[in-house]
Amino acid sequence: MSDYNFAYLDEQTKRMIRRAILKGIAIPGYQVPFASREMPMPYGWGTGGVQVTAACLTPDDTLKVIDQGADDTTNAVSIRKFFQRTAQVATTEKTGKASVIQTRHRIPEEPLREDQILVYQVPIPEPLRFLEPRETETRKMHALEEYGLMHVKLYEDIARHGHIATAYAYPVKVEGRYVMDPSPIPKFDNPKLESAAIQLFGAGREQRIYAIPPFTRVVSLDFEDHPFEASKAAHPCDLCGATHSYLDEVITDDAGGRMFVCSDTDYCTTRQEAGHRGRLSPQEDAA
Amino acid sequence: MLDHALEGGFAQAPQQAAAGFRAALSALARPGRIETIEGATGPAPMSVAAATLVLTLVDAETPIYLGAGHDSPAVRQWIAFHTGAPIVPAARAHEAMFALGHWEDLMPLGQFFHGTAEYPDRSATLIVEVEAHAPPTHHLTGPGIEISAEMRLPSGIDARRDMAFPLGVDFYFSAGHHISALPRSTRVEDL
Repeated sequence: MSDYNFAYLDEQTKRMIRRAILKGIAIPGYQVPFASREMPMPYGWGTGGVQVTAACLTPDDTLKVIDQGADDTTNAVSIRKFFQRTAQVATTEKTGKASVIQTRHRIPEEPLREDQILVYQVPIPEPLRFLEPRETETRKMHALEEYGLMHVKLYEDIARHGHIATAYAYPVKVEGRYVMDPSPIPKFDNPKLESAAIQLFGAGREQRIYAIPPFTRVVSLDFEDHPFEASKAAHPCDLCGATHSYLDEVITDDAGGRMFVCSDTDYCTTRQEAGHRGRLSPQEDAA
Repeated sequence: MLDHALEGGFAQAPQQAAAGFRAALSALARPGRIETIEGATGPAPMSVAAATLVLTLVDAETPIYLGAGHDSPAVRQWIAFHTGAPIVPAARAHEAMFALGHWEDLMPLGQFFHGTAEYPDRSATLIVEVEAHAPPTHHLTGPGIEISAEMRLPSGIDARRDMAFPLGVDFYFSAGHHISALPRSTRVEDL
């Protein structure tokens, strides 16, 4: 018997979060204010995502938590254990076996199904925040659909760098209405925002929840002569040989040695188990 | 207070409310889909689906409006005991965050708050009790729908909905143990 209510939060708090999630689903891409609670972890460690996950979990769920694609980093492990202890839910590292996936800054490589919910941890939910610091003004800009400033920002990128240099948290327009911050996922993941799964975004410190229903149109902002491009490092994975997955660059020595590995650890492991090999895979014993 | 006002609540509130929410989420995220939702039993004429939805989403922070067919002492006491929600007088329907009733009892839709341009989320959610979810009468397109979907809706709903997205009210339709939902983002045409 755990000493906490099911999924940690009290029922009144969960109802408040659930109402915010439902309004978020009804208005795709719009940031719904909610009364974010203090959680037993610091802001910046996924308190928004944790509250959304807590409001969604049922005892029958299987939870997966990833941090930059990895199941085995501190943030992912501690959040997974948190819900094991407070909600007694099953957990998994397999994308295909999870019914709820909480993520920090990645979308799993394996396409999600309609019976899955993807919960994002969001640091700064307001895509216009670094262009206009006042909440009263950005709220007005969303109300008036006044997004010219965002295009100026992307244009200045082109003027300065020759291309749109924004590589993560790349702004999108949802169903032709709201400009939304997809959280700091690499822009490689932006095309996956059009998904069969329900996608929920929680920003704890900033007290906002927003959502993308399944099969919602999500367009990355761009220009006709500088179309959006989902870029990645031009290498195959050194462990599983995948050529279409998002890669992390890992420095291996002091002499400039480096390797590229899939950021999605479950995807990479599954491929290696299926016999795929990369440049630096351990040599197998000759038969 | 009537004795039965104390009955019909969740036996295991956290787990049953979570299951109720997931049904509500799935229905709203995929307009046209019919979800099973149960766990609470309210006094007639409340359906099990409507009663469960009320216990899942409504509390002392969310004033609720009752349509004439649902505005009975039994329903009022059941909602008061189980949720603590203030029941708004008929003349102040715009203060309600939720409304419960038969379609005709909730007219005109314009009496409910549709949100503001800066805060469209502050609009009302309507729980409409219907006879059945089949056969479908309308064709749906919009977010949550891969290509197209069909759904049974009250006749004349497209003329009565004020389509000023992102402003608008969101609907749940309850019958027996089932709900379907129509968010403001869905475009509706007669079949």
